Amino acid sequence: MAVTEVVMPSMGADMTEGAIARWIKTEGDEIFRGDILAEVETDKAVVEMEAYGNGILRQVIIGEGVTVPVGQVIAIIADADEEIPSVDAPVAEAAPEPAAAPVPVAAQAAPEPVAAAAAPAGRIKASPVAKKMAAENGIDLASVSGTGPGGRVVKSDVEAAIAGGGSPAPAAATPAAASAPAAPVAAAAPAPALLTEDIPLTSMRKAIARTVVRSKLDQPDFWVSVSVEMSAALAARKQMNDALADSGVRVSVNDMILKAVALSIEKHPKWNMSYTDEKLVAHPNINVGVAIALDQGLMVPAILGCQAKSLKDIAIASKDLGARAKSGGLTQEEMTGGTFSVSNLGMFGIDEFSAIIFPPQPGILAVGASAPTPIVKDRELAVGNIMKMTLSVDHRVNDGAEGAVFINEIKGYLENPLSMVL
Amino acid sequence: MPEINIRDALQMGHHEALEGDPDVLIMGEDIGAYGGAYSVTAGLLDEFGPNRVRDTPISEAAFVGAGIGAAVGGLKPIVEYMNLNFALLAFDQMINIGASLRYMSGGQVSVPIVYRAPTGGGIQLAATHSRSYENWLAAVPGMKVVAPSTPADALGLLRSALADPDPVLVVEHVLMYQRKGMVPDEHFTVPIGKADIRRPGSDVTIVSYHHAMITAMEVADKLAARDISAEVIDLRSLRPLDMPTVIESVQKTNRVLLIEENWKTGGIMGEIAAQIQEDAFDYLDGPIARVGSEDVPHPYNRGLEQSMLPSSDKALAALSTAYGI
Repeated sequence: MAVTEVVMPSMGADMTEGAIARWIKTEGDEIFRGDILAEVETDKAVVEMEAYGNGILRQVIIGEGVTVPVGQVIAIIADADEEIPSVDAPVAEAAPEPAAAPVPVAAQAAPEPVAAAAAPAGRIKASPVAKKMAAENGIDLASVSGTGPGGRVVKSDVEAAIAGGGSPAPAAATPAAASAPAAPVAAAAPAPALLTEDIPLTSMRKAIARTVVRSKLDQPDFWVSVSVEMSAALAARKQMNDALADSGVRVSVNDMILKAVALSIEKHPKWNMSYTDEKLVAHPNINVGVAIALDQGLMVPAILGCQAKSLKDIAIASKDLGARAKSGGLTQEEMTGGTFSVSNLGMFGIDEFSAIIFPPQPGILAVGASAPTPIVKDRELAVGNIMKMTLSVDHRVNDGAEGAVFINEIKGYLENPLSMVL
Repeated sequence: MPEINIRDALQMGHHEALEGDPDVLIMGEDIGAYGGAYSVTAGLLDEFGPNRVRDTPISEAAFVGAGIGAAVGGLKPIVEYMNLNFALLAFDQMINIGASLRYMSGGQVSVPIVYRAPTGGGIQLAATHSRSYENWLAAVPGMKVVAPSTPADALGLLRSALADPDPVLVVEHVLMYQRKGMVPDEHFTVPIGKADIRRPGSDVTIVSYHHAMITAMEVADKLAARDISAEVIDLRSLRPLDMPTVIESVQKTNRVLLIEENWKTGGIMGEIAAQIQEDAFDYLDGPIARVGSEDVPHPYNRGLEQSMLPSSDKALAALSTAYGI
């Protein structure tokens, strides 16, 4: 049987490096093709890595938490008695900050907060004993500041991290108390607990930062807003959910917005294109991204192939997507394949806002809350349910009039919801 | 026994060997009538006569070959080089013959010879009389090489060398003959191949031997003044090496400083460093710090010679570079 060199897989054209978040298999385990070997962390997600060969996991070359370039041999699978090539664990080359990884949207990121903390700009310099102790104690080396020569993480740094968690900051946690005897008033109201320590960047935070900066630098944006009268949509939603009651599927307002967006894109396909210096790049599928808030940040995975999905399909897909975003089970395509996105802060009671476009998408729709509002209907005052939407537009792709047409198209679907199910 | 120096200890060892075993004899240049270049054999000719204490012509290859022949023939010769630098003339005898006969004869012949040689720099004897290359001989299978830094080790290792069935080289540093120390009253030996922890410590392991041990202890003192606890290991034997003692210490301290007087390139500490990273890699908290002589022929000029030899300042600088301490 052949020796299988397991290499750091590429999980997207823009992926230049990845880190081993966790080895699922350990040396000596029997491996069958398709088994999950490890979890690989990119700057966007933690993804499971499958085995492509059968045999015994003979050697794990790259340890957990270590970032290596794509294509780097990270483990060897072979028969138990087979001679295997000696592969040094090349301490991961300082990988350059992945050049403008198209982390779609402000969000992205690794659902796994702990593992996400790693992803240093380059190789972490740490002494062998520091690495060993960190591994044994579950300390993420990237979160430890090195005090050795050249910033090397040394044993004492890891010891401090184990003892105190994080950098050995002075114990200034309990301020005043002892040192301020002359401040009796201070005792009355306990001050809110301020953070006294800096927070190391997680890879999700870095990805978000990189993405929004790139968006603002590269994509000249403008905004158009409309108010949508949602009464018909809300009524239709109630009817649909009554009909679907036995199926366990529930259609949300946001699902209807997603469907309206997908249908509008079908009519105005430029909203499914992204700008490059040579051309507008067409995408074969309408993949609508959904901004999902997480404890540790935000991500914008996409519902793939919306052009072929009914409203019910989208309702099922969006619920599944949200669950997997929280559990870390998204695929790379979902993470990076969005072609247009929707960000909805309605559930937070926001009236209206504008969102930052996720490069290289051509726009994003920011949706506020739908609220009972006095409206004029047939020249009479009435109570409507008004929802405000703001479309952020990459002006390199679409101009003002196109933005106006597109957002009105979406509005039209929402105000005539039957058109969405025909 | 009162404090004695290394020369006294060696004299004692020779005397008791000649007295206790009629097969022991001593050969070398000026070791008889003159008493030896460093007076180690003073008085022995008068007491034991020219058959057992023999002055030889100035021909290292000849008298080392004669010594090996005597050993093969059943005697226990001690062959003294006036200086280890002169042993270069007898490398063929030492390596191709002395160190190989047991192996080449399939164990039929053993060569129980003891070579003794002053070595080392620091007294302005210039390029041809100052070199330390006991590490070269320690690279040869079939040889044993010891390098005492205390009177007790000098006596104890000489006894073990005489009892050993194979060739053993005892190197004596020219600056250490006067070095004093306590020696046990009762009979004792120091096993070949066993290092000694001269000073226990917890923060850094300093490995050294011979005259460089003085530097090592200085470094330990200076570190102690900064509340850094150094464990100082005297190798005592260069072949075989006592790596378990070194490794165990490194596993405890995580930091290593190696000090030797050999040229740094190809020095024995390069081998020690290699074995440490092979066997204790996961225990290292930084690169292995290493100090040896600069890679130049020994200058005559005192200032220049001192600047090429290892020193506690160089060692502390190496430690600081490697570990930031």
